[in-house]
Amino acid sequence: MDAILLQILNGLDKGSAYALIALGLTLIFGTLGVVNFAHGALFMIGAFCAVTMQKLLSLEKVALSETEKTPWGTPAEIRTPYITDWFGDFGTVLLEYSVLVSILLAVPLMMIVGVVMERGLIKHFYKRPHAEQILVTFGLAIVLQEIIKSWFGANPIPQPAPDALRGMMDFGAWMGFQAGTIVYPLWRFVYFLFAAGIIGAVFCFLQFTTFGMVVRAGMADRETVGLLGIDIDKRFTFMFGLAAVVAGLAGVMFTPIVSPDYHMGMDFLVLSFVVVVVGGMGSLPGAVAAGFLLGILQSFASMNEVKQIFPGIDQIIIYLVAIAVILLRPRGLMGRKGVMET
Amino acid sequence: MLEKLRNNDTAIMLAFTAMVLLGPIILAPFGAGYPDLLQRFAIFGIFAVGFNILFGLTGYLSFGHAAFLGIGSYMAVWSFKLLSMSVIPAIILAVLLSGLFALVIGYVSLRRSGIYFSILTLAFAQMCYNLAYSVLTPITNGETGLKVLSSDPRILDGASEGLPLPSVLGLRMIDTWRGSFLGMDVQFNVGFYFCAVILIIAFYISLRIFRSPFGLMLRAIRTNQARLNYTGINTRPYALTAFVISGMYAGLAGGLMACTDPLAGAERMQWTASGEVVLMTILGGVGTLIGPVLGAGFIKYFENIFSKINDNVLSGFLDFLPETLREGVVWVMGAFVGEGWHLTLGLLFMIIVIFLPGGLVEGFNRIIAWFSRPKGGDKATARVPAE
Amino acid sequence: MSGNRFTRRGLLKTGATLGVGLAAPSFFVRGAHAYVNEPTGSTVTLGFNVPQTGPYADEGADQLRAYQLAVKHLNGEGDGGMLNTFSSKALQGNGILGKKVAYVTGDTQTKSDAARASAKAMIEKDRAVMITGGSSSGVAVAVQGLCQEAGVIFMAGLTHSNDTTGKDRKKNGFRHFFNAYMSGAALAPVLKDAYGSDRRAYHLTADYTWGWTQEESIAASTEAIGWETVQKVRTPLGAGDFSQYITPVLNSGADVLILNHYGKDMVNSLTQAVQFGLRDKQVNGKTFEIVVPLYSELMAQGAGENVKGIYGSANWDWKLPDEATQAFTKSFGQEYGSPPSQAAQTGYVQAILYADAVERAGTFNPCEVIAALEDYEFDGLGNGPTLYRGADHQCFKKVLVVKGADNPTNQYDLLEVVSEVPVEDVTYASDHPMFAGGELGSCNPGA
Repeated sequence: MDAILLQILNGLDKGSAYALIALGLTLIFGTLGVVNFAHGALFMIGAFCAVTMQKLLSLEKVALSETEKTPWGTPAEIRTPYITDWFGDFGTVLLEYSVLVSILLAVPLMMIVGVVMERGLIKHFYKRPHAEQILVTFGLAIVLQEIIKSWFGANPIPQPAPDALRGMMDFGAWMGFQAGTIVYPLWRFVYFLFAAGIIGAVFCFLQFTTFGMVVRAGMADRETVGLLGIDIDKRFTFMFGLAAVVAGLAGVMFTPIVSPDYHMGMDFLVLSFVVVVVGGMGSLPGAVAAGFLLGILQSFASMNEVKQIFPGIDQIIIYLVAIAVILLRPRGLMGRKGVMET
Repeated sequence: MLEKLRNNDTAIMLAFTAMVLLGPIILAPFGAGYPDLLQRFAIFGIFAVGFNILFGLTGYLSFGHAAFLGIGSYMAVWSFKLLSMSVIPAIILAVLLSGLFALVIGYVSLRRSGIYFSILTLAFAQMCYNLAYSVLTPITNGETGLKVLSSDPRILDGASEGLPLPSVLGLRMIDTWRGSFLGMDVQFNVGFYFCAVILIIAFYISLRIFRSPFGLMLRAIRTNQARLNYTGINTRPYALTAFVISGMYAGLAGGLMACTDPLAGAERMQWTASGEVVLMTILGGVGTLIGPVLGAGFIKYFENIFSKINDNVLSGFLDFLPETLREGVVWVMGAFVGEGWHLTLGLLFMIIVIFLPGGLVEGFNRIIAWFSRPKGGDKATARVPAE
Repeated sequence: MSGNRFTRRGLLKTGATLGVGLAAPSFFVRGAHAYVNEPTGSTVTLGFNVPQTGPYADEGADQLRAYQLAVKHLNGEGDGGMLNTFSSKALQGNGILGKKVAYVTGDTQTKSDAARASAKAMIEKDRAVMITGGSSSGVAVAVQGLCQEAGVIFMAGLTHSNDTTGKDRKKNGFRHFFNAYMSGAALAPVLKDAYGSDRRAYHLTADYTWGWTQEESIAASTEAIGWETVQKVRTPLGAGDFSQYITPVLNSGADVLILNHYGKDMVNSLTQAVQFGLRDKQVNGKTFEIVVPLYSELMAQGAGENVKGIYGSANWDWKLPDEATQAFTKSFGQEYGSPPSQAAQTGYVQAILYADAVERAGTFNPCEVIAALEDYEFDGLGNGPTLYRGADHQCFKKVLVVKGADNPTNQYDLLEVVSEVPVEDVTYASDHPMFAGGELGSCNPGA
């Protein structure tokens, strides 16, 4: 029982990441009809917003020492962070919370990245075949990740969570189990809450604002909305930016869980596509549901008890589920008829 | 006159044959005239030509074709281990087994279309890859890759001395004749010519399929499958046949990879490998005959030549520049070659897709159209790609 | 069909020139030379095949820097580095056998196919006489097999699997780096001192060949000091998030977690294990401990402060006090502004050892180079007295047990050396069961 609860918790945070990426992906597909292979790269850029912020905050004044030498004989460097120079203790606090601070950087930056990407590249591909959309966005993903690699290197860069959010929380005690049996890192729980918040916000935005209403109408019938004299393109561009922000924030908050490196976008790309398709192309609730479903199933498949019966099941479970869902429910869990079937 | 030649199958085949067979000489000035890369050109050419039969004609975008390549490789190596070092049974078995897998996977996957089909094929291929890498290690030898050992049984060959090497009709695949031609180092390799002959046959079969009623039917599936269904035609057997044929091409390519280099690793089944053949086909020109071969050559050339250019080589190229300027230029160019070759490849993908949607073939067409514009120059002879 | 017109036109031209040219070329069958790629000009080409893209790109870049430094030193430029401390004085600083050393580089992409393609290009096109480098065992085994077939020497880079000099050993291949068995043999006594002999270990293992050989080696040597192995769990390569494998550890009754991961997997699994509070846990009345049998500097950097106090083993460290290490660190640091990693040291040493063997053999002929390297004893390359054992082409030397530095004094000071385990303690018979099933075969000069 403990083990099962724990694996559900594990599935939740993994599922949060899948759901956030898939949400953006399906948002772009639903509004613009574009298959965006660079979406994983947006997630990665988000993560590197956190890295950049940490580097900025820990920028150091470098002075060459008069007396000390490095082991290879050049003068040693004395480093003092600017931030503590300028802000004293507040600077230390800022550095401590750099992951959260970088959200402030990520939101405008990802919006800009998204809008520039849509206006500069994607908009020329609305009418092109999906294969060409895939190729051009895949090329873009490679370019983006290579740029990141040439600046930050290929090695993962650690991003510690703030001290206050680093500990464990005892779920067992809350739920009336024996204390200490079901413990879970606080940050992962924060991540789950954060993801739930973002997903909720996106849904509310689409559901309860006029802007969202127009966008939904545009998703259903772009031409008619256009004929009504509404500049739907502008709104769709904004939605692309929003999808980029969602992916970016998913990346920022994920950095304390998995140390970011330039390739993390590609690692998530295939999985997030599977999630979108299992959920049903163009269906936002489907993408979120599929994200959590696959996350939890993957956690269960990794349990020793399961692996002993089916060796290697943890490596293929996602694909098995994808095959089963697509065969049993032709349009994924909640997909609409006729979308992406040609 | 040239216009007629373009649509003359005999002329196409002759030109293609000559180009392939003279590959070692034609490509030598570009630094690509060495056996391994030539073999890769031919093998991935076969792979892409086969993929094009499915994707180019029917429009079904498979993201799992690398699995058939891997299966073909494993089968060929097992044939080397158990039967004989001769490449003939290895290739036949590789084609048959990958065809069988293609039949099963295709039968299931073709129940859906569009991106759902793509994800189904991707899922099957990724399962093959993940299992081959870990759990199926007794069959695939996992990460290290399946190898031929001198202690393997090889029931048709009998005991042999020394390192076992794949061979055809007594010629070993690694045998190379080396010489100089107009001051260039040219290498004629048995393995390459073996692959080249098969490439030419594969290309011919693909040409026949393109021209056949079957090919027309496949094109009809791409254009409007629903209408075909309404007229009472069951399209699935046609699509499945195309899938199996292209799977067999992939298995053939995989078998040849094992023949030229008897080691089969799981990573050639990864989704990135499946993606690579998609890129080759699109870069060259989807649905054209020669396009996939060009695309395959293009990507393999980048992978093998650009990644080998380091700052040292660059400095050598730019000898003529003054020292200070040279350092700057080397620094800038260094970002795009050597360890930066991925960046260049990504940029080229984008440029080609943005400006040449028809791939390299369209690029050539435009150049030809530009050159053969009538002298008066009132109107460019806009040309539609023949395929 | 389209797009063929130009090539066809070009073809006619080529055909015409071919007719003229046929009289000129002198074709010769391979075998005209005593061995493949015999250097005939004034230079000799070495092939440096390192990962330049993919997860180990940084490690590859460091390795490549070391190779370039080695070439400099071989050609008599720079301060000579470890050539000055090397026990053999055969190398003169005038290249190898008087030929200037040139090199070509390639990208292994940490994939067997790509690595073999790159190595083949070096052999067939650039006529390299020796291939070296690499940052994973799969690649090392694949390229080693290729070099055996092609008839050139392979000096392995970073490869830790027992198989490289065990069941996949090859006559033309040599490994300087230590292996999983040595890690286990070196770590066990230190772990016993630090954590006692009554411990229950839980293994998380990367699910491929290297992971398995390390798991086998570490389990065997920890069981020999009285530890119990509770569970061995395989994790998929590149899982990213290991939480679903870590949570079962919490209530398994184990009090030590052994992470048989490398690179990015290790960075993530260690970071996450610490996040799950394993290190603050008390089990069976003891503090829970984590062990990472194979360390690298880049991994320590990637895992940040999570490595503090965690034991592991390493091939070499730039902070060793011996003269050779100091000379190399100085030379490398002055050239590139950072201390060398163990991948760099292995690469440098392998290049120097090859050059020295050629010099002593008096020829580039692989068979004689192999004879010069086999059972060769040397010193002054940073690991103390070392033996290149002829029976399996494995180097035997001291192995370092290291620990994540508790109070790093600078950004490069991530690992501290706990003990230098003497060579006797890590030596094994060449037909040890973990290494059995391999056959060196006979040398292949490729002609």
